[in-house]
Amino acid sequence: MEPRGKPNCRLLRPSILLLMALVLVLLGYGILSPGGRMLGSLGAGTAVREPDRLQVVTQSRMAYPQPKVLTPSRTDVLVLTPWLAPIVWEGTFNSDILNVQFQLQNTTVGLTVFAIKKYVVFLKLFLETAEKHFMAGHRVIYYVFTDRPDAVPRVALGPGRRLQVLRARPYARWQDVSMRRMQMLSEAAEQRFLREVDYLVCADVDMQFHDHVGVEILSPLFGTLHPAFYGRPREAFTYERRPQSQAHIPWDEGDFYYMGAFFGGSVPEVQRLTKACHQAMLADRANGIEAVWHDESHLNKYLLYHKPTKVLSPEYMWDQQLLGWPSVLRKLRFVAVPKNHQEIRKSESGGQPTGSPEGAGRAGRAAGN
Amino acid sequence: MHRKRLAWSLGLCLLAGASLWVLWVSVQNWLPVSYLPYYLPCPEVLSQYPQPKLLLEHRPTELLTLTPWLAPIVSEGTFDPELLQHIYQPLNLTIGVTVFAMGKYTRFVQRFLESAEKFFMRGYRVHYYVFTHDPAAIPRVPLGPGRHLSVIPTQGHSHWEEISMRRMEAISRHIAGRAHGEVDYLFCLDVDMVFRNPWGPETLGDLVAAIHPGYYAVPRQQFPYERRPVSTAFVADGEGDFYYGGAVFGGQLARLYEFTRGCHMAILADKANGIMAAWQEESHLNRRFISHKPSKVLSPEYLWDDRKPQPPSLKLIRFSTLDKDGGWLRN
Repeated sequence: MEPRGKPNCRLLRPSILLLMALVLVLLGYGILSPGGRMLGSLGAGTAVREPDRLQVVTQSRMAYPQPKVLTPSRTDVLVLTPWLAPIVWEGTFNSDILNVQFQLQNTTVGLTVFAIKKYVVFLKLFLETAEKHFMAGHRVIYYVFTDRPDAVPRVALGPGRRLQVLRARPYARWQDVSMRRMQMLSEAAEQRFLREVDYLVCADVDMQFHDHVGVEILSPLFGTLHPAFYGRPREAFTYERRPQSQAHIPWDEGDFYYMGAFFGGSVPEVQRLTKACHQAMLADRANGIEAVWHDESHLNKYLLYHKPTKVLSPEYMWDQQLLGWPSVLRKLRFVAVPKNHQEIRKSESGGQPTGSPEGAGRAGRAAGN
Repeated sequence: MHRKRLAWSLGLCLLAGASLWVLWVSVQNWLPVSYLPYYLPCPEVLSQYPQPKLLLEHRPTELLTLTPWLAPIVSEGTFDPELLQHIYQPLNLTIGVTVFAMGKYTRFVQRFLESAEKFFMRGYRVHYYVFTHDPAAIPRVPLGPGRHLSVIPTQGHSHWEEISMRRMEAISRHIAGRAHGEVDYLFCLDVDMVFRNPWGPETLGDLVAAIHPGYYAVPRQQFPYERRPVSTAFVADGEGDFYYGGAVFGGQLARLYEFTRGCHMAILADKANGIMAAWQEESHLNRRFISHKPSKVLSPEYLWDDRKPQPPSLKLIRFSTLDKDGGWLRN
């Protein structure tokens, strides 16, 4: 017995020592390295990418006109909310300065889009125009949630940009398709976005980029002004008004009416927002109620009590067909693609469109007002 | 016997792992990383306030309210104090203030503190840090609840320029050593000043600078930057956003630490080359703010010179100079 054991013994000891050393090294590396993920659940978010945190951003020398203290950049529109969040309009920012700031932090932006069932047809134009106008010069990951991965078009992507197709469950009702986005986003945020990107931009797919949309929008939490309501009083906002709903907002409250088609922020903040909205929608469902504008109603409730750190002007969400091109908008950056709502929302079997009576969709409310 | 050894080595492994863990935890506490939620959900208690008007009929303020890098420029009319109070109060923040009362400047402490008690961050926890060579000369000023004062003995210097330059070093050391456990935000203010109107959470930000009252209406070529290329504070002709005052700056501890340390290093480099910048640390502060732009800028309301007549564009002077004759003080 003993002699048989001896040769094994000799090999075993150094291998155990080696194993121990390896374990110690891994442990040490995992804990001590700044990118360590092991203790992610412990430290207050130190394990995830924190975009606006400790980065020391050193600008190199640049030439640009001097900002003038006594000359407001825009005199026709509000550029700062009462809680000191910038409202981003053309003329308020210098892209060169901002690009340098974000490039120095090696910022990666995730753009999420949902192309469920027939909506895959919008992907090509969306992605092609995004390649031209969205975050040029920065790292971008497109996250395409779809139930038809084969229908995702092959669009040529620039350097530092890639596309990730994610499987999404198709729901029968278009309202559910819209609302379940919140759930899918919050789950994906935890599972992959936290590790892959610094900021998330969540957009509707039936849109196209028409002009520059860049890092000026990036901040911990941002919402976009709905094109139909930016000049209207709060009583005219189509908030959910029934107290039984989680999305309820009283008549005398409300800053802006934000559009559900374009919002975002840092990954932790978007995760909080989508999780809260999803849970609110579940609560509503349990109480047998559905908010009047679905996920958009819940988004508005959330942004009322969790003020965004930046607000995007209607330049970032427009419908030229319905609303023209007013002079207050110097650029139209992200615009609706004309579509036949009835046609696109029709169930596959060719039956009646499953849309609600509001069928004309978002901007249609503007025409009605 | 072999098994015993195995057990021993495994036990040692565990011990090593545990000690690394403890090391990490203690280092983590030291590292200036704490995620400060910028908001807290405040459901029903949100008070009614007027809806912000997006399309302007008239200008709310004559001043620029956003820098080209989208940092707010804070002045009266740009923010709703009550709304900000609702947002910031629940966060249970502690705001620190550093002032340097060296030499004859100890005589300014009384009025500084009394006015701060009236106007600075009312309703918040505040911690004053008074750096002085003469702790006995610091008067006992009654402080409100949740507000504390610490006197920090500091080595004096013969020249007031030297005192001024050493502030950056003292502040960065202070942040690393003590402030990081005690405050969330820190403001570094000149002591020969007085608060005249409310100074609240609208001033809080990651890295905050204030526009110098003497140069807000002046083209950048006339800013008193350090213009000698040999200095680390050198600013070329076409550079510069605003001329910031050295009497007011602040921010979140982590960012402020990087900033003050960077300034201190630049000052040391100049010293090694036998050069002192035109306006001492203010020159270095301005140089650094060009390459590390502030996330929030305070209008000259927050740093005013009472010798100047108040222009109509500034609605509310909040912090300004105490009337004094500078000459005899600097001996």
